Amino acid sequence: MSKVMVVTSGKGGVGKTTSSASLGAALAQAGQNVVLVDFDVGLRNLDLVMGAERRVVFDLVNVVQGDAKLPQALIRDKRVETLYLLPASQTRDKDALTEEGVGRVIAELRERFDWIVCDSPAGIEKGAQLAMRFADIAVVVTNPEVSSVRDSDRIIGMLDSKTLRAETGERLEKHLLLTRYDAARATKGEMMKVEDILEILAIPLLGIVAESPDVLTASNVGSPVTLHNPASAAARSYTDAARRLMGESVAINTPAEKRGLMSRLFGRKAAAA
Amino acid sequence: MSILNFFSRNRSSAPVAKDRLQLLLAHERVLSGRPDLAAVLQKEILAVIAKHIPIDQDKVVVKLDRGAKVSTLEIDIEMPDEVIAQG
Ligand SMILES: Nc1ncnc2c1ncn2[C@@H]1O[C@H](COP(=O)(O)OP(=O)(O)O)[C@@H](O)[C@H]1O
Ligand SMILES: [Mg+2]
Repeated sequence: MSKVMVVTSGKGGVGKTTSSASLGAALAQAGQNVVLVDFDVGLRNLDLVMGAERRVVFDLVNVVQGDAKLPQALIRDKRVETLYLLPASQTRDKDALTEEGVGRVIAELRERFDWIVCDSPAGIEKGAQLAMRFADIAVVVTNPEVSSVRDSDRIIGMLDSKTLRAETGERLEKHLLLTRYDAARATKGEMMKVEDILEILAIPLLGIVAESPDVLTASNVGSPVTLHNPASAAARSYTDAARRLMGESVAINTPAEKRGLMSRLFGRKAAAA
Repeated sequence: MSILNFFSRNRSSAPVAKDRLQLLLAHERVLSGRPDLAAVLQKEILAVIAKHIPIDQDKVVVKLDRGAKVSTLEIDIEMPDEVIAQG
């Protein structure tokens, strides 16, 4: 059974593209057939994060408009053989995608893949609506910060009203993925608490990904963090989240503050010295 | 992962990012406003071949690798023997 999963948020810069790449790669590393679909028409970035930017010939718009066949537009990952990318177009024409066309492409992808991961553009306009339209599962990416939580609430409302599943009265699975979580600031009480965000948004938690330089390094070299540095905390958070998506029950760890070696060895004495 | 790799991992990624971006942007700036040459080429090449033998579009694989000095466009077309015989 294929699953269409939208990675969405409302707000930009919260980690949708990073999470699409990392969750998709983690699912593929677990043996699933995965395609990542970039819906950010005009501002494609998933190709860069995946390190496939030099290999793009055709894109989602070409396939929707019939200028290319799906197999010609799919780019196979060089590291994981069950992982594919369908890039977004760089066209400035925002009406390049139609609901009917996207529906056709998604139906075709469903025949080939276990997971169709749709990386949503920011905002609540047509692009974001098309990305979520055919979803069975939604991953709402949120940062522990007021404006991000507010936008996530808007998006959850749209998931409950504008998707095909909502309209036909079918259940759409929704998950919260907290990203760019800064443990040091959480300890100091400078950042919203996980429990508070969960209480406000009232959807189940899929995972917590800490703010981490490993994520930046991975995107610099064009690799999802789960492939580039699988042992890193960020990669492990994404790998665990992917396992939860596959139905495994894995405990969720709240990232703890990383203390320096000295303070860990000597406790408070070193800190006070 | 080697120890060297471990220590160089974070420091060495920024230059990689710069190289990747320069290459990509050089291509994108040239291409903005006109259709991608690779896409046009593949379309016309296929049209020429289709004059001689029927092509199943779903069996055509197009691969591109953009480089700083040279790019390669690879078009794999499956040609079943009976189709060639007919053509
Ligand atoms: N866990 C993280 N730690 C550090 N930086 C991150 C993390 N997640 C995302 N980022 C960075 O945040 C920026 C925005 O991420 P991106 O995935 O492009 O967001 P979106 O797709 O929601 O706009 C990027 O520079 C990315 O590298
Ligand atoms: Mg994005």
